[in-house]
Amino acid sequence: MNAYIQLDNVGMQFNTKRGPFIALRDVDLHIQKGEFVSIIGHSGCGKSTVLNLVAGLLDATTGTLLCAGREIKGPGPDRAVVFQNHSLLPWLTCTGNVLLAVEQVFGKSESKTQMLDRAHRALELVHLTHANDKFPHEISGGMKQRVGIARALAMEPKALLMDEPFGALDALTRAHLQDELMSICAATQSTVIMVTHDVDEAVLLSDRIVMMTNGPSATVGEILHVDLPRPRERLALADDAAYNHYRHEVLKFLYEKHHKTAA
Amino acid sequence: MSTLNPGADRLKAIARSITPPMIGLGLFILLWALVSANTPTIPTPGVTFTSAVELFSDPFYNKGPNDMGIGWNILASLERVAIGFGLAALVGIPLGFIIGRFRFFNDMLAPIISLLRPVSPLAWLPIGLLVLQKAEPAAIWVIFISSIWPMIINTAVGVTRVPQDYMNVARVLNLSEWKIVTRILFPATLPYVMTGVRLSIGVAWLVIVAAEMLTGGIGIGFWIWDEWNNLDVAHIIIAIFVVGIIGLLLEVLLTQLAKRFDYDAR
Repeated sequence: MNAYIQLDNVGMQFNTKRGPFIALRDVDLHIQKGEFVSIIGHSGCGKSTVLNLVAGLLDATTGTLLCAGREIKGPGPDRAVVFQNHSLLPWLTCTGNVLLAVEQVFGKSESKTQMLDRAHRALELVHLTHANDKFPHEISGGMKQRVGIARALAMEPKALLMDEPFGALDALTRAHLQDELMSICAATQSTVIMVTHDVDEAVLLSDRIVMMTNGPSATVGEILHVDLPRPRERLALADDAAYNHYRHEVLKFLYEKHHKTAA
Repeated sequence: MSTLNPGADRLKAIARSITPPMIGLGLFILLWALVSANTPTIPTPGVTFTSAVELFSDPFYNKGPNDMGIGWNILASLERVAIGFGLAALVGIPLGFIIGRFRFFNDMLAPIISLLRPVSPLAWLPIGLLVLQKAEPAAIWVIFISSIWPMIINTAVGVTRVPQDYMNVARVLNLSEWKIVTRILFPATLPYVMTGVRLSIGVAWLVIVAAEMLTGGIGIGFWIWDEWNNLDVAHIIIAIFVVGIIGLLLEVLLTQLAKRFDYDAR
């Protein structure tokens, strides 16, 4: 029972003007090292809240959260976050943005050249070497998101937390980045938690899919093990019976068991 | 035809952008000529122009402390504005950061700022004269106190408007307070700070004329007062133009400078 990231009996209550709002209750989730876990659910189901709790951006009202055996108290560079809207600092170049993160983690132990090298390698990993010295406003949305991923990876985090990382991108760019993310994860053996509302994305990328019930007081509804061999090929999987079965399972959960009328 | 000739097109574009301001200026001078034709004490545009040519043909003469060229007077005023404004920036910008960053200081200082900000700058002059004993530092004090508010307020607003995304990055990366200020707050707030600086310089330049009228010595404000005592109305009108043109130049200069610091406008 020694999961890498462990959530036990986690509940989250927000105090709003109209009284307390229970966003999450009884969330139990154990994630192994090197595992890729997606959290999927309708909007407002608290999936981002789960991620923010692991990131340490929010403090759980009840329950315990552990990362590598330590209690999560506040944010830390051991849990790198990739935000949906890339959140790059517009006054820093791509290298500068990545370097800011690198300095936080390796500033005490490494020289400036070593850290610059790390930043460049992270950008190389996402195929952005040509944009090293460009500013965020000079590159496309997909490239910005790749810089965001490079920034997270450069910190060599224990866990990579992604909050709908490709949600704001067009379908072709999204597919491209998903493929890239899969090969990066295979190479770095990263532990990833990704929030998504895209069923195909969840099945394609994940080892397990955590399906959340609708809020308020949302919780983990079902957990689906995606037992597809890696590396996964999106073209080959399109006609794969197992893939379509998993896809169907998720859709069934979302639209049959926990259907939500359009808000 | 003209579409085949880019040179002619450009000439047309220039003519289109220059014509309205030229008509405006022309009407203004016409109005001035009409007023001066009916009011014998107001010099005509022609007389004023001749007087200005004479005045600016030797702007830097020095015939003792009470009779110096207009160039010296302008420089003296600019120097006072620079010192008063510089001191205000040194105090106001950091103070604005503290107020914007820490709720406690905001709540503590907001009532004082709200109370003092609407006070006419010249109301501070007696206090300055009383404490500083001399006219020169008192004038600088008036510039300081009148130009500090836009910088405090704009900086503080800028800090509170830093997008939450950037602050989330700071939190996730666990940046130290020093790094948050230097790497995130300062660059994110810079456009607001520059707006404050621009407004402050404008106020400072407005106030210097009035302050110098009261403190005397050398400076464009006192020069106007002096020419009023000499009943040289043409010189007063020239001074009004000079003050206006320098104010405009300062504004343009700072707008250009602000553009360079605005990461959004790039």
